[in-house]
Amino acid sequence: MQIALEARNLVKQYPGVVAVNGVSFKVTEGTCFGLLGPNGAGKTTTVEIIEGVTPATAGEVYYFGEPAGRRFREEAGIQFQNTALQDFLTVRETLEMFQQLYDRHADLERIIEDCSLGELLHRDNRKLSGGQRQRLFLAVALVNEPRLVFLDEPTTGLDPQARRNFWTLVQRIQANGTTIILTTHYMDEAHVLCDEIAIMDAGKIIASGAPDALLRNRYDGLVIELPLEDLSRDLDGIDHVVYENQGIVEIMSTDVSASLEALAPRVGSLNRIKIRQPNLEDLFLDLTGHSLRP
Amino acid sequence: MLKRIYAVFLARNREFVRDRGTLAWNILMPVILVFGLAFVFGGEGRSQYTVGVLQSASEIDPGEHPFLESRYIDFVPVTDEDDGFRKVERHRLDLLVRFGDERRYWVNPESPTGYFAERLLLQSDAEVGGQMQKAQISGDPIRYVDWVLPGILGMNMMFSCLFGVGYVVVRYRKNGFLKRLRATPLRPLEFIVAQVASRLVLVLIVTAFVYFATHVILDTRMDGSYLTLLLVTVVGCISMVSLGLLIAARVTSEELAGGLLNMISWPMMILSGVWFSLEGAGPAVQGLAKAFPLTHILDSARAVMLDGATLPDIAPSMIMLTLLSLAFLALGAFYFRWGPD
Repeated sequence: MQIALEARNLVKQYPGVVAVNGVSFKVTEGTCFGLLGPNGAGKTTTVEIIEGVTPATAGEVYYFGEPAGRRFREEAGIQFQNTALQDFLTVRETLEMFQQLYDRHADLERIIEDCSLGELLHRDNRKLSGGQRQRLFLAVALVNEPRLVFLDEPTTGLDPQARRNFWTLVQRIQANGTTIILTTHYMDEAHVLCDEIAIMDAGKIIASGAPDALLRNRYDGLVIELPLEDLSRDLDGIDHVVYENQGIVEIMSTDVSASLEALAPRVGSLNRIKIRQPNLEDLFLDLTGHSLRP
Repeated sequence: MLKRIYAVFLARNREFVRDRGTLAWNILMPVILVFGLAFVFGGEGRSQYTVGVLQSASEIDPGEHPFLESRYIDFVPVTDEDDGFRKVERHRLDLLVRFGDERRYWVNPESPTGYFAERLLLQSDAEVGGQMQKAQISGDPIRYVDWVLPGILGMNMMFSCLFGVGYVVVRYRKNGFLKRLRATPLRPLEFIVAQVASRLVLVLIVTAFVYFATHVILDTRMDGSYLTLLLVTVVGCISMVSLGLLIAARVTSEELAGGLLNMISWPMMILSGVWFSLEGAGPAVQGLAKAFPLTHILDSARAVMLDGATLPDIAPSMIMLTLLSLAFLALGAFYFRWGPD
């Protein structure tokens, strides 16, 4: 497999702020690469530099080994986090307009079917719901049969059902061999969709790799969760990493039995204790020492 | 309720004050307008009538006749009789007067301002014996509607081009649509050409419809070629759209864009001769008017419609409009930004 995209030492500086600080990564063709991090981490700026819509202060972007240029614009599909479409145009007119901007053309009817836009084709863009707009934005990103698709926070603001439908859609696109670059602050989304991830915080990549490998390398055990209010004594003496997040205490444990035994005298009841696999959110908390900022 | 009103009031004020460009514009605009209007209509106040005085000397002697001492009338020396007649016919002069031994005046019977200027002349003349003779201008007098129609069509074209392109591009930039387009293979020049072409077609259809409807209903005068008039409209429209694109090249605030577009369109409307002729205005004002595309559009359109001018006759204005369009497009393309960054 070739390297579809390579970002080298990207920097974006605004007056008084370094939004992106030396970001480098490679994306293999046909994979889904996730750029994760809380709001303000620099994900969108990084991706917009790569997309060519925001000029970088420093750094280079390579597309299939060449500096990203005309070919990249022709072959990339982009779904922006915040964008607008022309008013008074219908869904079909919008798709046709964008398709005419490219030399490469995808089968529009297939995209319409894949993105479940069949019943909305004659609807004015302004009258679409949030989920419908996101599906249209994705369809617009696909009109040129892209080899590389950028999805920037595609499910922000969607209800859980719409999010899961969107994931299915993305998986279908990836199954066709399309390379996907996904930015999200939903760690579960990244875990479901991404083959590789890079976690960003404060403009830097702080970890990267396959999600399961990252978790395996970092954790050897399970997470015990219990409500903070159930604790009758402090946790001094428990030899595990402890986080407190939104009223929940999380304990990383390599020996769950021993941990539960140690916890028993400190909690009023074990009824509300949960035991689960560590996830990317735990990894993020572990790496940065703070929770995902809203 | 007051709390909610105050919250929204405060938020809007903060938005306004922190949008530096718009704030500066709101302070500058009235200042520019006051000084600009003072410059254009300065002196003893805005004159109501323009009267040509047929004489060989370049200076007018106010002592020659009491009428020449009237206030709020611009007296313009006219050395060429035929030129004076043409200006009266075309509503550029309200009246043409010759003093001296054989006092005579010419007025366009279709001119409302000419009618009042004539009354004032005859009143003044009565003070010195009432010798003034009325003379006819040969040929069909041009009605005010014939004269003003190109002005109204040109003004409509100007607003449609400037706001229909400039304002819309700023809105596209603000809501991120331009950013979306930037991520496609579309080049800035392609986008600009598409905007020009789109507005050109729309304006041509609307202008043609208004023109022919007026022509049929009011039987307006058309002495020249429709093809030449179409060329004037096309070249004029391109220059206006280009100007709109130049203004919108970087602006990200609709309020600022609106201010800038008004700053361009209002002086053009006043100085380009939409409603009244600037005959008699100072050379600086007339020079300024020549820098506006609308002046050249109206001069050319009137020449074609009222004088039957051909393409060679209006070539200087066409060349000027083309040069202005090229300059606006080049600057617009140079300064153009897809996004606010």
